[in-house]
Amino acid sequence: MSIFITKDTTFIIQGITGREAVNLTRENLDYGAKIIGGVTPGRRGRDVYGVPVYDSVKQIAEAHGTPDGSIVSVPPRFTRDAVFEALENGIKLIVIVTENIPRGQVAQMVELANLRGARIIGPNCLGIISPDEAKMGGMGGPAANTRQAYTKGPIGVMSRSGGMTTEIASTLTAAGLGQSTCVSIGGDAIVGTTYAELMPYFEADSETQAIAIYSEPGGRMEAELAEWVKTNNSRLPIVAFMAGRFMDEMQGMRFGHAGTIVEGKEDTTSEKIERMEAAGISVAERIEEIPDLLRKRMAEAS
Amino acid sequence: MRFYEYESKALFRRHGMPLGEGQVVNSSAEARAAAEAIGGPIVIKSQVLSGGRMKAGAVQFADTPDEAAAKYDFVLPIEVGGETARSVLIEAKSPVAHEYFVSVTWDGRRKLPVLLFSDMGGIDIEEVAETHPEHLSRTHFSTILPLSERIAKEAISSVGVSGGDLNRLVPIVYKLMQVFLQYDLTLAEINPVAKLEDGSFIVLDGHVDMEAEARGDHKKLLAELGIGDDETRLARPPTEFELEGARLNAVDHRGVAGNVVEFDGNLGLIIGAGGGSLTLFDAVRKHGGKPANYCEIGGNPSVGKACNLTKLILGKPGVEKIAVMMNVVSNTRVDIVARGVIKGCLEAGKDPSEVITIFRIPGAWEDEGFKILEKYGVEYCDRSVSMYEAAGRAVAKL
Repeated sequence: MSIFITKDTTFIIQGITGREAVNLTRENLDYGAKIIGGVTPGRRGRDVYGVPVYDSVKQIAEAHGTPDGSIVSVPPRFTRDAVFEALENGIKLIVIVTENIPRGQVAQMVELANLRGARIIGPNCLGIISPDEAKMGGMGGPAANTRQAYTKGPIGVMSRSGGMTTEIASTLTAAGLGQSTCVSIGGDAIVGTTYAELMPYFEADSETQAIAIYSEPGGRMEAELAEWVKTNNSRLPIVAFMAGRFMDEMQGMRFGHAGTIVEGKEDTTSEKIERMEAAGISVAERIEEIPDLLRKRMAEAS
Repeated sequence: MRFYEYESKALFRRHGMPLGEGQVVNSSAEARAAAEAIGGPIVIKSQVLSGGRMKAGAVQFADTPDEAAAKYDFVLPIEVGGETARSVLIEAKSPVAHEYFVSVTWDGRRKLPVLLFSDMGGIDIEEVAETHPEHLSRTHFSTILPLSERIAKEAISSVGVSGGDLNRLVPIVYKLMQVFLQYDLTLAEINPVAKLEDGSFIVLDGHVDMEAEARGDHKKLLAELGIGDDETRLARPPTEFELEGARLNAVDHRGVAGNVVEFDGNLGLIIGAGGGSLTLFDAVRKHGGKPANYCEIGGNPSVGKACNLTKLILGKPGVEKIAVMMNVVSNTRVDIVARGVIKGCLEAGKDPSEVITIFRIPGAWEDEGFKILEKYGVEYCDRSVSMYEAAGRAVAKL
């Protein structure tokens, strides 16, 4: 089992003829993805690695039926409209790769997605991977590299950093712990899906036995997760890694992702660590501690 | 990206919000002239980005032009959060009957803007939230429905404000919400908006933050307010080193090799990506290392960009050696970074095997990258060496 995507998930790529999107197409196809079409206005009739290109999402839906999902990889100025286009054509799972989108526009996309009963992952993310099933996004890079880092198993991974998702998966794999589904949720201040919003999916997935998360300064997402864990009596042990501890001394400076800026005391790593530990989440100092902590917590849970 | 008070007020004024008479001055003579023009009691306010002005004594009052000039000289050197005045704002002192607080910001959990309103303005709002929660309302509003005055009315009336005060406050609060959305602000705050003794309302102090990502969409406004492209408006102004880093990163559009932040250590860091850099910076410090800089490599930067970044960091006074480290990469080509970094060392007249303490970038094209590193005798490692361990090896070489 996995969450969100399986071998049979169909999706499209909006902005498919862009440089990054062409790479994504190749990497996802090589990993077994069912990409039924791509959109770039004015490029209908071409193809990208055999994937037919259309002018609009509507044309794809008419030709092939409504896809399950879409990867949006268009420049920031056009992202909101592309996401609206996907939503208004009935697509229910949208991965937004693009970064540097002002949060007002992200809020609009999320609001419409909620009205349409759809889910957004990202923006500024590498998407989703369920090892040996499918991937939808840039996680792990080329298929061969992806297979090296990601293997199938019991750990769900959620991360505010795309790159660190692969680092964690690779560390888990080396320690003999595979992953059920890994979600790169995005590095922005407002993202379509937070840790706490992913938890019910992992909770319902029989394959997932524990969760590893990558976390960093900024925002209230960790506090939200801590609350969720406490109020829902979660069956899943969680191990978190907290990066950017040095930023606690440097409020108002910007490092890393857009979402990391520390605007108040609640945004600091020390505050987040305290909240998570109080909710029973183990916090690792180093990435390489994660596998042992997970094993220990899983043994305690069973 | 924070605005100074006078910039925030200039923005409010354009949108028809009520403001008192005021003038930005840059000398005591100008302060005297401004006070003369206003005639009557005035306020002298240091223009800094940090909070806590009043406590620091950087807000003063005067009754005469001479006193205003003297208070200008008094306020100018006062440090507020390590920052001194950019300029000074001279305003008429208004006879205040009551103060209100209004603020619009983002709620990342609800993913909506939230309007905060209190009839206990002028004081620390966190304190009001704790001691008098019934005097603070929080009202979320949609970003896709047309903005309407109804939201402002609900927010204000739910703390008990009614009658003429309610009807005079609604348009001010509504305009603040409009400004917030129109200019991609992350914070638009008025504390206080004051009811004067004559029953009219004015904005006494304003605070605006614009999202850095949206700067490009508001170039015209920023130019008109006189906010330059090189003003990052972070907790401290950018250094020459940081500005040069930004310039080099902008040379071509391929990937990122920048976001440089200056520190004063001896170990130059060429690290990535967003989350990896945070992890590695922590790791270096945990090992007792002293970073000379923070930076980020991301996406797929060209050889030229990686080379320029390397030269910039090697050229920084105090830098003895560098460490090149990233998390397992997905879309950055290891060989291109390796080539760029080695080229940078050579162009800086340094021996790569001497100056590069460790190269730890596992992932796509790593074999090709490692071949290049081997040729130049640079110590490298693959993913079997953790980020933490790699940082330790780098620190040990200093």
